[in-house]
Amino acid sequence: MSTSVLFDAPGPKTVRRHRLYTVLTVVGLLALLGLVGWRLASSGQLEGDKWEVFVTPAYLERILVDGVLETLKMAAGGIVGAVVLGLVLGIGKLSDHAVVRVPSWALVEFFRAVPVLMLMIFFFSVYGIYNGDSGPFWCVVWALSLYNGAVLAEVFRAGILAVPAGQAEAAYAIGMRKTQVVWIILLPQAVRIMIPAIISQCVVTLKDTSLGYAIAAPGLTALARPLYLEFQNHVPVFLVIAAIYLVLNLLLTALANVVQRRFVGEKKQLEVSAVGTADQRTV
Amino acid sequence: MTAITENYQAIVISFVTAILLFVVSGIGSLVLGTFLAALRVGPVAVMRRAAGVYVTSVRNIPLLVVLLFLYYAGPKIGVTFRFVDIVVPTGWGDIRMTNAFATAVVGLTLYTSCFVCEAIRSGINAVPVGQAEAARAIGLPFSGVMRQVVLPQAFRAALPPLASTQIALLKNTTVAIAITVLETAYQLKQLTDANPGDRWWLLAVFAGGFVLLVEVVSFASNRMERRWRVAR
Repeated sequence: MSTSVLFDAPGPKTVRRHRLYTVLTVVGLLALLGLVGWRLASSGQLEGDKWEVFVTPAYLERILVDGVLETLKMAAGGIVGAVVLGLVLGIGKLSDHAVVRVPSWALVEFFRAVPVLMLMIFFFSVYGIYNGDSGPFWCVVWALSLYNGAVLAEVFRAGILAVPAGQAEAAYAIGMRKTQVVWIILLPQAVRIMIPAIISQCVVTLKDTSLGYAIAAPGLTALARPLYLEFQNHVPVFLVIAAIYLVLNLLLTALANVVQRRFVGEKKQLEVSAVGTADQRTV
Repeated sequence: MTAITENYQAIVISFVTAILLFVVSGIGSLVLGTFLAALRVGPVAVMRRAAGVYVTSVRNIPLLVVLLFLYYAGPKIGVTFRFVDIVVPTGWGDIRMTNAFATAVVGLTLYTSCFVCEAIRSGINAVPVGQAEAARAIGLPFSGVMRQVVLPQAFRAALPPLASTQIALLKNTTVAIAITVLETAYQLKQLTDANPGDRWWLLAVFAGGFVLLVEVVSFASNRMERRWRVAR
């Protein structure tokens, strides 16, 4: 840790003290794990029949098809919608014309500030309730598209602004129109910078599909209730669902890192704050 | 429009509940997140790893699953919050801070503190190593390096991402609907079910309330940012 801003390289006394801390921490963590294990065992949550359902082929198929597949479908729909909307709003926010710029800005600010769950509940009351099984599914996809579209709009805007200004100036100098400059010069370069941020947003989208629970949409969380009502295995059910989300999201994060290294290099990842950015620059 | 004029009291109470959730878990997440960040940048490798594993796993699990776990699976292994039972009677309806409320606070705190931890860590990483080296070179002891040079800069650099985490927390209070806390999303659902004709008005009021709250938080953070900005 000699490169840390917080500490010097430790001397012999400090090294000994750190060893003591290490031992104490390990003992504490083991005690904590033991306590959790003992609690699980003494309340009978580790018994085989409570976990058997997760290796039973019929239920496994349900978890993978009704759970994972539906969740991934909703997340994919949300991301596709978000990319399209984000592109439109992001470029809209950079427009020279206030007629386009102001509504784009207002839509982005609105959909970033309103909780996704509220949008879902609203869409459910407008559309989902009248459309049977597919209704809640599409409510989740729309709500995710609008929210993540507003976030991605900022990503697109920041990505376009991150392209060195000389590129656009050179393009104007050889007589290109503004549309050409954006589509031929700026966007292709910006997309490279943006891809990791877009994949990171996929993690958010995937997690947010779980909110469909409130409007009875399909997906992993919707499986929890029938499973724990049937087998009385609340703890295993939620642990398994959490683990599936964890694995899916870690895979996405790993993908984002690989893409970052291949397309962007060692440059810093594009940073986009959630709401209320101070600078509202235009090209 | 009648759904709003007739139920404005219930709407206000639901927003008060959401704000209470936000304030309590906001303070909790800042405390726990700072502690986690201290573990993650500390000199002991085991603590760094343990905090890292905790942060990575909890931030990749949906908040809803965290809340459902605490509420439905928690009691099965003896984790309950039944001792919390505060009901504040107001003229417009009760504010119920009971078992479900406490569970929501714990879940929101555990979830948000991971993001707070990452925000603070990025703030510390933003301080150039040369600053600490210079501080040591002029003879400041460790506490002086921390208090006068590193932490003030780290905290200021961490402000914008910290504000983002708190705004996300504010919006995430709606997720407490899943464990029957009577907050804004719950009230919106109740009222749209009962008054389908007024749903556009209802959305406007509830969404407007959140836009307002988010703007208040981000305005406050912008003011602090401007006041404490580090000139580099």
